[in-house]
Amino acid sequence: MSLFSTLKLALRALWRNKVRSLLTMLGIVFGIGAVIAMVAGGQGAQAAVKDVFAALGTNVLVLQNNAQRTMGASAGAGGGASLTWDDLRALETEVPAARWIAPTLESRSTQLVSELSNWNTGITGTTAVWFKIRSWEAAEGTVFDEDTGNSNAKVAVLGKTVATQLFGGQSPIGQTVRISGQPYEVIGVLVTKGQGPRGDNDDTVIIPIKTYQQKLEKGLAKYIRGSILISMQEENQAERTIAQVTALLRDRHKLDGNEEDDFRIRNPAEFAKAQQDSTERIATLLAIVAAVSLFVGGIGVMNIMLVSVIERTREIGIRMAVGARPVNVMTQFLVESLVLAAVGGLLGLLLGYGAAYYMAGYFGWKMFFPATTAAIAFAVAGGVGVVFGLYPAVRASRLDPITALRYET
Amino acid sequence: MAAAQAPGDGRPLIEMRGIERTYVMGDNEVRALRGVDLTIERGASIAIMGTSGSGKSTLMNIMGCLDQPTKGSYLLNGKDVAKLSRAQLADVRGRMIGFVFQSFNLLSRTTALENVEMPLLYQGVPAGERHRRARRALEQVGLTGREDHHPNQLSGGQQQRVAIARALVGEAPIIMADEPTGNLDTRTSYEVMAILQGFIGQGKTVILVTHEADIAAYASRVITLRDGMVIDDKQQTPISATEALAATPPPHAPPAAAMPPAAGATP
Repeated sequence: MSLFSTLKLALRALWRNKVRSLLTMLGIVFGIGAVIAMVAGGQGAQAAVKDVFAALGTNVLVLQNNAQRTMGASAGAGGGASLTWDDLRALETEVPAARWIAPTLESRSTQLVSELSNWNTGITGTTAVWFKIRSWEAAEGTVFDEDTGNSNAKVAVLGKTVATQLFGGQSPIGQTVRISGQPYEVIGVLVTKGQGPRGDNDDTVIIPIKTYQQKLEKGLAKYIRGSILISMQEENQAERTIAQVTALLRDRHKLDGNEEDDFRIRNPAEFAKAQQDSTERIATLLAIVAAVSLFVGGIGVMNIMLVSVIERTREIGIRMAVGARPVNVMTQFLVESLVLAAVGGLLGLLLGYGAAYYMAGYFGWKMFFPATTAAIAFAVAGGVGVVFGLYPAVRASRLDPITALRYET
Repeated sequence: MAAAQAPGDGRPLIEMRGIERTYVMGDNEVRALRGVDLTIERGASIAIMGTSGSGKSTLMNIMGCLDQPTKGSYLLNGKDVAKLSRAQLADVRGRMIGFVFQSFNLLSRTTALENVEMPLLYQGVPAGERHRRARRALEQVGLTGREDHHPNQLSGGQQQRVAIARALVGEAPIIMADEPTGNLDTRTSYEVMAILQGFIGQGKTVILVTHEADIAAYASRVITLRDGMVIDDKQQTPISATEALAATPPPHAPPAAAMPPAAGATP
């Protein structure tokens, strides 16, 4: 008996009990759906974490002002500044583990005007090494050199989004952009970095640090009302660097042994790793849920196949009487459960992709289509069909022809 | 297949020696057959008679390779059936024997054509040839035009004719019919018997199991069983079902389109 005929027979038998077949599939559908959603979503989440990492540059520590504690009440991160420009200079010379150090001052919402258009975005004031730390190069024009970075020149480097918004298709190099009413010459446009954890990476403008202080903070202050990016000489030197920075700053800020730090050092790599660990844990959890769901789905398939064998005892008897071998009967039922599980698996794939697509949209992740996982999940669904269909199929094939023929439904 | 249809090196078609069949039902042993010796030649028409419980159905099941004897030897076409596996028995059933049952045993929600094709499916006959042979078999039992009908759209007589077509399609040399007219009215019984008698002329061996003497009258040899033993075995001149059919006036306009068109014109 050809496989095609068997398949046709199976499809027809399942089609006869459409609702039942569909309900039986559900366990498999959700099992496979969960696997796909988990893998696609998990990859999206991990990619998002990696993006955070990549956007900041590797081997980077972020030094921030810590809230001054007044009677135990925190004023919030960066609320009270404690880091001074003198601290910065000391860090630059006295932390051997540090490679580059860049102060960054940021404004969240500033109005920009070009001759063509206007736009509202965040402004960053920093020095030349900031571009090196973030490994961010100019697509057009140039980024700051050391002199420009330390000067109070009214120049700006635009992110791709800002460049497009302000100048459309024109090249912005040499053009003037007004930031808070002040004219700046555009000297460069950055290569695009795409979406990051804080939205569009390319929606940004960078101006020299002194210019920022003078024009946006209206004067040179003693304290740095922003953060300091520190890149390390070598990878995996975070602990050593943190120790050196901490020792230096505690000494400079004259903190006693039991006083809390008035600054904070964040290690994005560690943060990223912690996030990655947690997504992995969630993924493992989901995998267990999916496995349980598949198992339960498999039992559902087995249950229905057993019912089907009993209902069709007489059919089995007739088939045996006209020459069906036990193996023919077994194959017939096995193919039925296989088809049931495979179709369930296919629907599960669609459901899983749908869920992953929704998640990706909701969390702003990239969408992944894990083809290998899909293939494996599909094979697993088929496997579930065979494994859980085997017992009913064997039972059917072992029926005695006479008993089966006489069976009253 | 070739061996099965070959004359079987001069041996009779069916040779049974000392066949016993014992069922164990709880603490009781039921001896359904207690030593049956039987020889059946090719082309014979046999009626196996007996009251219920006489063992006639058990005998047919063993003859038809649906069951195995507890004791004794059964040579079918010169081959010892006792030594065959379940799969081999299935093959023997498919190629040697066509069954016709009292309750028709057609697959519901399956067309007449597909029901008839079923034995060929298990012999690995390709789809095109399956359709062709099944159509021809349906034509032989006068059911042309009913190929796509489901059993519940057919009358009892038509259903039994589908079953006969199914027994016929594999070109099995033996037709075994277990009370084939048990669920049919008199006139339809004659029709079915006429078809079965027609096979004998084509060289097939027809074995009927019945408890009705007037059905047994269509066979050329009547074997009577009682309590699991053959008590009578006699040759007779069979009466013709075709003649009996002709002598019976149709009780009402037959529903079948295969009937002569004049019959439908009852005022």
